[in-house]
Amino acid sequence: MNRRLVKCLHNVSIAIAVILFFPHAADAHLVTTGLGPVYDGIGHLVLSVDDLIPVMALALLAGQRGPKSGRWTLFILPIAWLIGGLFGMQAKHETEFPFQCISFIIIGILVATNLPLPAPIIAIVAIVLGIAHGYANGTAIQDAGKAAGLLEFIGIMVSLFVIVTLLAALVISLRWDWTKIVVRVAGSWVFAIGLLLLGWALKSSQVIQK
Amino acid sequence: MIDANRLLKRNLTALLAVALVLCWAQSARAHVETGKAAGFANGFKHPWSGWDHILAMIAVGIWGAQLGAPAVWLLPVVFPMVMAFGGFLGLIRIHLPGVEYGIALSAVLLGAMVLGEVRSRRKGFIFFAAALVGAFGLFHGHAHGSEMEEGQSAMLYSIGFVIATGTLHACGIAIGLVHRWPVGRVALRAAGALILVGGLYFVWDAYKGGDEAPQPQTAVSLMQNL
Repeated sequence: MNRRLVKCLHNVSIAIAVILFFPHAADAHLVTTGLGPVYDGIGHLVLSVDDLIPVMALALLAGQRGPKSGRWTLFILPIAWLIGGLFGMQAKHETEFPFQCISFIIIGILVATNLPLPAPIIAIVAIVLGIAHGYANGTAIQDAGKAAGLLEFIGIMVSLFVIVTLLAALVISLRWDWTKIVVRVAGSWVFAIGLLLLGWALKSSQVIQK
Repeated sequence: MIDANRLLKRNLTALLAVALVLCWAQSARAHVETGKAAGFANGFKHPWSGWDHILAMIAVGIWGAQLGAPAVWLLPVVFPMVMAFGGFLGLIRIHLPGVEYGIALSAVLLGAMVLGEVRSRRKGFIFFAAALVGAFGLFHGHAHGSEMEEGQSAMLYSIGFVIATGTLHACGIAIGLVHRWPVGRVALRAAGALILVGGLYFVWDAYKGGDEAPQPQTAVSLMQNL
């Protein structure tokens, strides 16, 4: 009886191994989580550095300017992103110029210089960033022909809310001077990345012209 | 005691099955996202690719640490920003004369600053230090920008590049922390002397090799191309 059970387990384990090792085609470029459009949206923001870094920089900026700016950004940015996305989904073509580099440059320099901007200015920056990046996401979703675009944007909004909450709160809570300097150094890095990206974009356009 | 033959015999079917399935590989249609990891890695390794860049960037960190606050944080903020501007000029092929000399001289002068532990209590000194570091950052950035290869992920290359530059500054600042001990101060000045000598070698190297610059292009012709 015991030997038969061991043999049976042996055969079952072979069958499981065969099933587990059986390879499927890797459709890596689709970047879907397999868990539905909401999770696709969450995954998109977390995995797309061209959207993620400006959002993180904006959260740092809002945190530098205090709780009021942080609270405003928390709600304004996701809504602006959704509005931009809805417009983008109606558009016919995806934007070609990587305008993300402009977001990197502007927000990066604001964080690096730590200018004492009032909360309404930060809110305007959040609105512009949200609409521009949301629009780009909307056109991309439209081009990909995905039906569940709105649900994907809900996922993106959830990610935005969480990222801005965590980072802005972290920066607001900083007390030591050197930690505030680290935030400014991060801003200078974002600015530098944006400037290099702009150079890449101009260089590519020259290559196309040639 | 384990009998290897017996063990192999017992699991032969299983091993054959796994081998068969592993050989059954299907194609991975991942071509759209190719070059991403390579882009980051190439960008990250670029600032480490030449001793002239490494010495100058570490010297910035060491000098900042010698000067103390606010220079210790101002210099690493200024350098990547101006360096990125230089990279931007290099990418769009706007010519900057004497780039190789500028890079070599950055090691000479920054090494001299570290060697002499140059500092002043005057208010304008911090701006002088930032301007000096920024001016040399322009040359370093321009060289990197002109040498960037085609076919990379621009975003990840840029991220890797900037992170590597920041890491080099952080290395310099970490080395500079020994400044608090008398022996450490002497060691830092000796490091400054080494950087200076290295810089002189690079000046000689630039003189021998000539200043190879990319094809010049004016801002007007650039805008016409766009």
